[in-house]
Amino acid sequence: MAGCEPTVRIQREDFDTAAEIARLTRGRSDVGAVVTFSGLCRDEAGTLAALELEHYPGMAEAEIVRIAREAAQRWPVSGLTAIHRFGRIEPGANIVLVVAASAHRQAAFEAASFLMDYLKTRAPFWKKEHRRDGQSGDWVEAKDADEAAVSRWRVSP
Amino acid sequence: MSEQTVRLIYFAWVRERIGRSEEEVTLPPQVKSVRELLAWLRDRGEGYGNALKYPDAIRVAINQEHVDHRELVAGAREIALFPPMTGG
Repeated sequence: MAGCEPTVRIQREDFDTAAEIARLTRGRSDVGAVVTFSGLCRDEAGTLAALELEHYPGMAEAEIVRIAREAAQRWPVSGLTAIHRFGRIEPGANIVLVVAASAHRQAAFEAASFLMDYLKTRAPFWKKEHRRDGQSGDWVEAKDADEAAVSRWRVSP
Repeated sequence: MSEQTVRLIYFAWVRERIGRSEEEVTLPPQVKSVRELLAWLRDRGEGYGNALKYPDAIRVAINQEHVDHRELVAGAREIALFPPMTGG
């Protein structure tokens, strides 16, 4: 199966989730399911002024394209979009968007979930915290749980 | 064999500890693998030592694709060193 050609964008500016959904459904009647995932900047402790998202220009896009193409091979999605922001992002603001469109919901859910799990551990982005008290913040550490989430997709074909 | 010049790129705390975001280096002939590159870089100064003290924590991409530490550096134009990724 060839799979659809995914859309991947790496950008500083915010994105419009409704517009991205419309882009995958407009003018067609074969889409029965659209799943979106939005990742937002959160501040659980009340100490975060913003996250600074550093990325590897060129590779960030190339890596997400590789992951998205694999998702489009594994599931019958009619459209797949991934947008990842970089730069300074304040609590409550968007960081990442995944939109998966398909005839049926299962493929859309799974393709979106697969794409996010791999993106977290393989897309070259790094988060640094800026603290509200002005002290220098730390780099966010990678979580073992993210590696574990990826491992569940490694099934023999 | 001719000398190999590569562009090294650093990200996140690897970049901060080394104190620069990229540089061109000429690799000595004994540096054949990523592991040997990390060991060689570590001895180039205090910042490099701090950044690369635990080489297993360092992720590496050659020509913008992930590789493991056994990968050979022959043919590499661009080698990036960075911590585990935290996007999404």
